[in-house]
Amino acid sequence: MSGPSSLSLTLRIWRQRQDEPTGRFLDHHLTDLSPDLSLLEALDRLNQQLLLEGERPVHFDHDCREGICGSCGFMINGQAHGPRSGTTVCQLYLRDFSDGQVLTLEPWRARAFPLIQDLAVDRSSLDRLLMAGGYVSVNIGSAPEANALPVGLDVAAQAFEAASCIGCGACVAACPNASASLFVAAKLAHLELLPQGQPEAPRRSRQMRQRMETEGFGACGNQLECSAVCPKEIPSSLISRMNRQASD
Amino acid sequence: MRLDPQLPQGPVADAWSRCRQDLSLIAPANRRHFRVLVVGSGLAGASAAASLAEQGYQVRLITYHDSPRRAHSVAAQGGINAARNYQNDGDSVERLFRDTVTGGDFRAREAGCHRLAEISGSIIDQCVALGVPFAREYGGTLSNRSFGGSQVSRTFYARGQTGQQLLYAVVQALLRQVEAGRVELCPQRDLLDLITLEGVARGAICRHRLSGALETHTAHAVLLASGGYSNVFHRSTNAVRSNASALWRSHRRGALMANPCFTQIHPTCIPSGDPDQSKLTLMSESLRNDGRVWLPRQPGDQRRPDQVPEAERDYFLERLYPSYGNMVPRDVASRRARELCGAGHGVGPAGRSIYLDFNEAIERQGRAVIEARYGNLFSMYERITGADPYREPMRIYPAPHYTMGGLWVDYHLMSTIPGLFVLGEANFSEHGANRLGASALMQGLADGLFIAPATVPAWLAEHQHPVIDPEHPACRAALESVRQRIIRLRSTGGSQPAEGLRRRLGALLIESCGISRSAAGLRSGLAEVAALQASFDQDLLLPDPGTPLDPELEKALQLEDYLELADLMLRDALAREESCGAHFREEHQSESGEALRRDAEFSHIAAWEWRADGPPIRHQEPLHFSLISPTARSYR
Repeated sequence: MSGPSSLSLTLRIWRQRQDEPTGRFLDHHLTDLSPDLSLLEALDRLNQQLLLEGERPVHFDHDCREGICGSCGFMINGQAHGPRSGTTVCQLYLRDFSDGQVLTLEPWRARAFPLIQDLAVDRSSLDRLLMAGGYVSVNIGSAPEANALPVGLDVAAQAFEAASCIGCGACVAACPNASASLFVAAKLAHLELLPQGQPEAPRRSRQMRQRMETEGFGACGNQLECSAVCPKEIPSSLISRMNRQASD
Repeated sequence: MRLDPQLPQGPVADAWSRCRQDLSLIAPANRRHFRVLVVGSGLAGASAAASLAEQGYQVRLITYHDSPRRAHSVAAQGGINAARNYQNDGDSVERLFRDTVTGGDFRAREAGCHRLAEISGSIIDQCVALGVPFAREYGGTLSNRSFGGSQVSRTFYARGQTGQQLLYAVVQALLRQVEAGRVELCPQRDLLDLITLEGVARGAICRHRLSGALETHTAHAVLLASGGYSNVFHRSTNAVRSNASALWRSHRRGALMANPCFTQIHPTCIPSGDPDQSKLTLMSESLRNDGRVWLPRQPGDQRRPDQVPEAERDYFLERLYPSYGNMVPRDVASRRARELCGAGHGVGPAGRSIYLDFNEAIERQGRAVIEARYGNLFSMYERITGADPYREPMRIYPAPHYTMGGLWVDYHLMSTIPGLFVLGEANFSEHGANRLGASALMQGLADGLFIAPATVPAWLAEHQHPVIDPEHPACRAALESVRQRIIRLRSTGGSQPAEGLRRRLGALLIESCGISRSAAGLRSGLAEVAALQASFDQDLLLPDPGTPLDPELEKALQLEDYLELADLMLRDALAREESCGAHFREEHQSESGEALRRDAEFSHIAAWEWRADGPPIRHQEPLHFSLISPTARSYR
């Protein structure tokens, strides 16, 4: 592998305490970083430094650190989840950046995602969208035999792709209108493509789209930024699919 | 103390159906008068909460996550087992049962394993109905693959994201009940104590992570589904915030802890690079279906893998275990990898990894086939290491992954504290001394979808303790003890952050109580834990950040629990003078280096009782086998 054996970074991070109405960017310098370190591990190291210096550590959401739990996410130089496509923040490694680079980190900004502290926001509105109908209404215990309903290989694969959304909120953060259209469209497609989810499809679609408005998400403006930043590369064509079916 | 596992009398094969017939019921109209507190939103917790709410009980679900969808079940990659015999390759309930008991090296209860195998098929039915997009064949039927420790294809999967898809299905069922007003969702809470009154579980004390408020949650019954404790080791495959606190605090309140030294080290993980690396990432066991494990025959061979000729490669799993080859159970694969690396054959930095090679599979089946099967795993590997596994072999090494040990439960999943049920990885369960691949998801869902929803109502019907008021002296005392604990930690005024102490604890534990264990190593481990405990007590740095949100406090609280848990794991490993499954004592091995069980002395579950004023007490629950007689496991 090529590239430097160690690098330095300046992290320009949005700092805002829970009780503050607004925040500011603060520069934090890190040196002697291994390119094999992940960006979040660099933040871990910064936080240990801040702790020893008596400063308040930077707050950010994270958990699985393998790109599947959907906890992490913030803007890096204006891009949701940073420069690599199809990737969450936790899967960025310092080899993706260059020595001496300045990285501006700021939280998702959307009306439906109130700020918690520093880089963390409250995304519970996404769960409330699912509550409006993002499920199959079948009680546990009343399922038919698993192979009773055949599902074509291609259909199952399409449903899987739609279902792989991790609920990180990058699509909302990247959208100029802070719309949750991709999130809702992906859930609708996942459940409508499968025969199990079809009986309640129209009701589900109506209720979830309605809930999107009441939760303060904007309308889709066809900018397609959502799909461009999605770490699971969920296609924007699902939004067209949702709108087409809604107008049927 | 006499441990009564409440096993049904009579033959094992239909024990569960006989048991269910005798369980007490509560009439539909009365169910809403009962309140159940569920802790954890993974497969077991979310499915139990949804099931009980559907039946009509009032459920409150507590999770430390911001959303239930983030629980660590989401990261399970490979699949879920079920005895459906869809592949017509000889599978049956009996065979899954036998594989589970044997895979666990005869350290699990027969009746529990049999029930798990019986229920496995219904889990798949339910998940399909809830919309899990499992892999399919062209004809539209469900597809299967094979996993370690079995010779049939019984694993259902959704690419390398099976856990994610199963979790979303049950979380969606849960959210449907939240919308219906039958489940109250309480995210962002850490459980810090269990409330008991007259020895019965009555609720929990939680800290709200955002407001810092200590809260009292009371209920008729408490269900812990808070996951395993692999993070006691430094760098496991668990999510970095997974912790043992709910489990350990319940243990301190009287729930016995069973087989704590039974921990699984998964053979195929991406090895560590930088000292500041926070965790290790698993590469699914399913990769071993097509990937071949090898090391250079010559110790200290520094050549690039493609420079090592075929004749100079040692495909050691295929050589040692011709009938299972690369698909031997995890404990066997991990032990052999460690052994050869110890003998100087290891590759990569510090010789701490082995090759998992797809070259032959790609040549035989084509890159497209391999990409369709494992594409997301290959790209994950490439992202983390910067190396392309289509061109060069993956470098992998074992890492702590799953804990078979956990809180002791009876056949009804109730702990030794009446009213406290334990589900999923948090209980010590059916995996014995070693869990087979794709069996964790099966067990979590069996507990949450079908077992707890039958046994918890039966207990509620027979034990009608009223829900106590949050102002009850028992609640106030528990709350006060948590408050005092936080004040005590804050006033330590030392110089060492929790993170550094935690790394030292985890590193010493993997060394002394990891893949291979010896009496001398375990004893020195105990001394080192005691020294670290003293550092923690006297030198912890825990400043007040000036905001309620305080991840450092969370880490310190978790570490205090890990220190005590590590001590118990070492004691348990020292007391178990045999090798079985993942517990390999160097003193007890065959000439060919296989684990040597000592059934006459150790065919039992060890259950530890916590004591405030002295060392823990080891209790035993003997194991009996009627359908299958314990033999030496052989994967050769």
